[in-house]
Amino acid sequence: MKKLLSLSLLGLAVAAASSAQARDYDTVRIGVDVPYVPMEYRTPEGDLTGFDIELGNALCEEVGVTCEWIEQEWDGIIPGLLARNYDAVMSSMTINDERRQQVLFSEPYITMPSAWFAASDLDISEANEQTLDGLTIGVQRGTLQDNYVTDKYGSVADISRYSTADDMVLDMDAERLDIVFLDFPIGQSTLVESDEGDYTIVGEQITEPKEYFGDGFGIAFRQRDEDLAERFNEALATLQENGTYDEIHARYFDGE
Amino acid sequence: MFDLSTWYHELLDDNAIFTPATMAHYWEGLVTTTQLVFLSLVVGLVLAVPLAILRSSKRKWISLPIYAYTYVFRGTPLLIQLYIIYYGVVFFDGIQESFLWPVFRDAFYPALIAFTLNTAAYTTEIFRGAIKATAKGEIEAARAYGMSESLMMRRIVIPSAFRRALPAYGNEVIFMLHASAIASVVTLMDLTGAARYVYSRFYTPFEPFLFVALIYLCLTFAILFFFRFLEKRLLAHLSSPSL
Repeated sequence: MKKLLSLSLLGLAVAAASSAQARDYDTVRIGVDVPYVPMEYRTPEGDLTGFDIELGNALCEEVGVTCEWIEQEWDGIIPGLLARNYDAVMSSMTINDERRQQVLFSEPYITMPSAWFAASDLDISEANEQTLDGLTIGVQRGTLQDNYVTDKYGSVADISRYSTADDMVLDMDAERLDIVFLDFPIGQSTLVESDEGDYTIVGEQITEPKEYFGDGFGIAFRQRDEDLAERFNEALATLQENGTYDEIHARYFDGE
Repeated sequence: MFDLSTWYHELLDDNAIFTPATMAHYWEGLVTTTQLVFLSLVVGLVLAVPLAILRSSKRKWISLPIYAYTYVFRGTPLLIQLYIIYYGVVFFDGIQESFLWPVFRDAFYPALIAFTLNTAAYTTEIFRGAIKATAKGEIEAARAYGMSESLMMRRIVIPSAFRRALPAYGNEVIFMLHASAIASVVTLMDLTGAARYVYSRFYTPFEPFLFVALIYLCLTFAILFFFRFLEKRLLAHLSSPSL
């Protein structure tokens, strides 16, 4: 009974908090799914780094708030935002209509194509229904790549879904997967560059159709935090103007 | 005439989450979970009976290794065992070229192996306890009849031990069903995997997890019912006599 009472009190408190107007943030907690090289990962010393992290920290500084990064596995990252485990998500999240129904996005801060990657000795030059027939495809669960592959090739190929991109790369090395479909720079850095010559991109980088591949990566906020999103948008515009953005971008995407 | 498929599609119409597509995922999940749990229990049981007999042996060099096996598999989390068997095995050089690879390539067999070894360890200990609890008088009576050890095992000890072990074994079956929920960490689309997939696609935790929780409840109920039936049949002599 006591538990029930405290639970309902908690419910009341939550209801009260959500009916209040958007609050002023001193600290913005940002959810992120680590690792996703080069967007977010840990250095050998254990420090969180990556394009999202550095840009996020610069944005927070510009907005005038303290950023706190909170790690969360991808498949629970939007529910975690809605459940107030953190106030924003900056984790290579593509803006698309399906997600817009749940969260409020900032302006896109980078656009990122998807791509197929396979072992160099897999003899296909392009991914389509014929070449993928009977293969095992790896995707990260709940990503737009998962949705695309499930809808398009779910009937011809086996799809293995992973909680983290790490496990997927591990199973690629183990030869359990024939081909994976992920964000181009992530595949480039975790597969092509880290294993010299073992893996290669298959076909072109993919950005269409928009209903799957959306409009670039955005920072996600709760729908009612319009003020906060607006402040981040302004900060993003400032950083893009004063060169800070380019500087960070060059550090992670040099030589592309 | 009542058309089942029209009814089904109308039922799921105007519904974003319970669509024919997600239903297919849940169905696939149910099949995988059932296969995995059923096969691991059957193989585990077949392994456990001889292991339990050997484990009851008075000779230390026979019983100790089996004790070590049950100790390790009961003393570590099933999730860790699954990780070791699924991800660990690929670090053996040349495994991809060996005849074992077709088995380990798929996620199903590593999960089946982990579950089987785990349940076999628990079942071995359940049976050993039941064997050990055989009434002294029955053994002495068997000896007095001049039965050999193996005949006594077959005719006296095992049948009664099996009856005594039944309630505890029923619990082990239910535990196994619930433990199988971790199969989705190695990409298997079991019931929990299906729920996680729907959850990540539609960002709604309640519907998919409550739905599969209901399915697990139904499965548990079926298992309970089956064991209740078995106990009634096999343990009838222990229940209070009806008047």
